[in-house]
Amino acid sequence: MAIQQISVFVENKPGRLADITAFLAEGGIGIRAFSIADTTDFGILRLIVSDTQKAAQVLKNAGVAVSITEVVGISIPDVTGSFAKVVKILADAGENVEYAYAFLTPEAGHAYVIVRVDDNAKATAVLKDNGISVIDESAVL
Amino acid sequence: MQQNYFNPEIELASREYLHALQSARLIKMVENCYNNVPFYKKKFDEIGLLPADIKSIDDITKLPFTVKQDLRDNYPFGLFAVPREQLIRIHASSGTTGKQTVVGYTQHDIDIWAEGAARAIAAAGGKKGDYIHVSYGYGLFTGGLGLHYGAEKLGATAIPVSAGNTNRQMQILQDFGSDIICCTPSYAMFIGESLKAAGIDSSKLPLRAGIFGAEAWSENMRREIEKSLNIKAYDIYGLSEIAGPGVSYECCEQTGMHICEDYFYPEVVDPETLQPLPDGQFGELVFTCIGKEALPLVRYRTRDITALSHEKCACGRTLVKMLKPKGRSDDMLIIRGVNVFPSQVEHIILSLGMEPNYQIVVDRINNLDVMTVKIEMSDSLFSDSVRQVEDQENRIKAAMQATLGVSAKIKLVEPRSLPRSEGKAVRVIDNRQI
Repeated sequence: MAIQQISVFVENKPGRLADITAFLAEGGIGIRAFSIADTTDFGILRLIVSDTQKAAQVLKNAGVAVSITEVVGISIPDVTGSFAKVVKILADAGENVEYAYAFLTPEAGHAYVIVRVDDNAKATAVLKDNGISVIDESAVL
Repeated sequence: MQQNYFNPEIELASREYLHALQSARLIKMVENCYNNVPFYKKKFDEIGLLPADIKSIDDITKLPFTVKQDLRDNYPFGLFAVPREQLIRIHASSGTTGKQTVVGYTQHDIDIWAEGAARAIAAAGGKKGDYIHVSYGYGLFTGGLGLHYGAEKLGATAIPVSAGNTNRQMQILQDFGSDIICCTPSYAMFIGESLKAAGIDSSKLPLRAGIFGAEAWSENMRREIEKSLNIKAYDIYGLSEIAGPGVSYECCEQTGMHICEDYFYPEVVDPETLQPLPDGQFGELVFTCIGKEALPLVRYRTRDITALSHEKCACGRTLVKMLKPKGRSDDMLIIRGVNVFPSQVEHIILSLGMEPNYQIVVDRINNLDVMTVKIEMSDSLFSDSVRQVEDQENRIKAAMQATLGVSAKIKLVEPRSLPRSEGKAVRVIDNRQI
């Protein structure tokens, strides 16, 4: 059920993001969603891509540090309060949201949200129990 | 002008007198080494040297050299020439791979070290009744206790403030009316800035001089310290292997540091050929501890690059002068007075299970040494979580602080991004303009 995400270490210096995205493009890898977390010295680029294993290989060959993590994908209706409801469910279940990001979807009237939690299986179960639609990888690729 | 000698009999002695004194002491020392230090007996035997071959100080060139590695190989007490019950003090300084260089002192050794420090304080104008404010760290490091015993030997009043807690430093400077302050030059700068920030006018303080050492500093820095603290700033040199601060010291002329050559006999040699160099030529400074009992090192290579001058100084002292060291012949860095070897940093990185792909960058920011260790990011260090990556940084930082005794900034950089030349990484970039 979980979705594979590839995270990339990016030093804070001009042109670095351009390099990394170019490596992916040259490898024929499509980016479905991404977010960037930044600190003073470095950033972490998190991507959902068309082929995670190939992306990891391409980036490693180019000398980039990568990490693959499983994250939970959720489809929520594009209605005020939808995301608040999701977060509340996770909070009530004691699941800490490390980070989250949203992106457009081919599914009209919905948004997809990626959340990173400590326990994917538990989060998935509790969301489903509360009627939230958890998506699998095929939905985003 | 008052010349401020602590021991004029030695400080103004004729060269002939010094030569005789040094010769007698060297002969005694070599016998001591041969009879009481198996390491030296073996070394002398290897080159077929007998104590009787040393007839005067001029024969010193027949003796073999000693290096820091010899101290490490005989860690901790293997080079001591006296039974343990005669030792009254141990000091230590940081070495590579976490192993310290351990030195020991008999009562006599402490006395001669204190004499050197007393000469230094006197040369800076210190006298009985003065408050000597010691802001060097007290502990295994020789800075604090060195100047402390020097102040007491001189008959002045030692104030053992130790390093840090700048508010207390400023309060004591004001309330006690310290006459002379002793610390690292970078800390002196910091105190000056702190006084200014606190709105305290340094010209209203009784402080008249400072004795600064344990790290490299420039003439520019001297002028800045003199201005900000409204004092005259004196240089002092020393190393624990030989004694500690007070091995040599600056006089009012400030044209070099007079070496206490009645106890610590200096030579300057070519670091490649190890041949002695004449006055004025720069080379590696070598000391022989002709007056010491516990750790009588023979021709110890300090790695400091300097030149000697035997010209009589305008201050009246005849003791040979050494110039301010202008660098080192090995890769040791001195960061805020603390010795740091790149190999120590490497050892820490390896012990944390990381690849040793690192670079040490040293800058001087606001007159303080700042060390940054760049480490290449690897798959094992990396994670999708900022918090986890920062935890890794903090873990490395804590290990550096614990082992090196000095803080380092950690900067994680991309894999294979650190420069390598001919397959060998450039480990150290020292940007300090001293």
